[in-house]
Amino acid sequence: MNPQLNQDGGLRHLLTLDGLPRAILTQILDTAESFMDVGEREVKKVPLLRGKSIFNLFFEPSTRTRTTFEIAAKRLSADVVNLNISTSSQTKGEAILDTVDNLAAMHADMFIVRHSQSGAAHFIARNVAPHISVINAGDGRHAHPTQGLLDMFTIRRFKGDFHNLTVAIVGDVLHSRVARSQIHALTTLGVPEVRVIAPKTLLPTGVEQMGVKVYHDMTAGLAGCDVVIMLRLQNERMKGALLPSAQEYFKFFGLTPEKLAYAKPDAIVMHPGPMNRGVEIDSEVADGPQSVILPRVTYGIAVRMAVMALLAGGPSA
Amino acid sequence: MHASLPDANTLIAQLAAAIAPNLTPETVIVGIHTGGVWVAERLHALLKCATPLGTLDISFYRDDFSRIGLHPQVKPSTLPVDLEGRDILLVDDVLHSGRTVRAAMNELFDYGRPATIRLAVLVDRGDHELPIRPDFAGLTLTVPNHQNINLSRLDDGHLTLSLA
Repeated sequence: MNPQLNQDGGLRHLLTLDGLPRAILTQILDTAESFMDVGEREVKKVPLLRGKSIFNLFFEPSTRTRTTFEIAAKRLSADVVNLNISTSSQTKGEAILDTVDNLAAMHADMFIVRHSQSGAAHFIARNVAPHISVINAGDGRHAHPTQGLLDMFTIRRFKGDFHNLTVAIVGDVLHSRVARSQIHALTTLGVPEVRVIAPKTLLPTGVEQMGVKVYHDMTAGLAGCDVVIMLRLQNERMKGALLPSAQEYFKFFGLTPEKLAYAKPDAIVMHPGPMNRGVEIDSEVADGPQSVILPRVTYGIAVRMAVMALLAGGPSA
Repeated sequence: MHASLPDANTLIAQLAAAIAPNLTPETVIVGIHTGGVWVAERLHALLKCATPLGTLDISFYRDDFSRIGLHPQVKPSTLPVDLEGRDILLVDDVLHSGRTVRAAMNELFDYGRPATIRLAVLVDRGDHELPIRPDFAGLTLTVPNHQNINLSRLDDGHLTLSLA
């Protein structure tokens, strides 16, 4: 049984997009659409989660992600507590559970968990009381489902539908938790062709089994694409043996106007941010008309509001 | 019991006639999803209201969220004008407990501070649970609690009231 779903097939936790049925993904995207206008109103709040307590448990720092979750929770009228827990004192599972138990005793209703270790959010979800929901805000190399949902929401807003699209994911798929979530979601929502474009050293083995077409060349991989998703190249990857240099990477895999010209003329370019300009993306593309990087902040809040609202409502499982 | 209910379109015409003398240049007609929007669309046309029609989905304001969760199909609310100082005509199909209207009023105030809010409903079926009464009602009747009054719309736009 899928640990993310309750007995009635509703959302119980959000840990990964892997295995989530299309109906749930669509419900989240539709609900997010309704939350879009809340941010435009005089009172930017709805009373849905009044009286609920949401704890941001960040075992790995990420100001941007934490802030988006915090704003989303506050717009739903929940009480939010932010905890940045240093991982040095939290290496063992029992220590994490001690923290979680303590917070549960403070009447927590939801945990938003970020951790450098894959599976941390799953581990907490398995050990919480039935009325508590867990949202994975990024665990190691494993998953970052709300980011993946945000990408789907962006694609749907700009392209309307998923059924005729060719989507390319470009860059460090190997170390990206976002890429896995994206591939799962795109496939589930019915995108007929998902491509990954990267040097061999930045692709996980067996990536083809996720239902994607693999390219090692930008011009071939971008040809005819409707959506180009750029991944962030972590600086620390440059130091190892995986890549010769940032300049070399940019020459072959950096998104320049010339390379983007191989995609469809109305193709959109997405990037989870923060961008390494001149490494994976050229400034001219990043700031260009096809880039949809900025509107995504408001989308990200709406998507997270939708997930929290769907998790917090109804009787506890 | 399968009592025949009056024709919805006739009721809407009567409702429009009752509302007409009370319209002001500041009036904004706002329908509550889903049936209330259908009635509001008709009233908006019959009354030749110059201000664009508003629609409300009150799912984010319901008082039974903790019990039953989010409504499976939430629609966006659209209020095309600033509500500050406006006269709102709030429209719903059936007034029963009054909880939907309470939620709708709470939502309206998050968009601004209207001067007045009046309530128009196609059917007031009684059994109110809150101190909320319609200013305009197409039909007032008493219905046993286990029965439902439904407004449905055919593909050609025809509205029908039924008792089930």
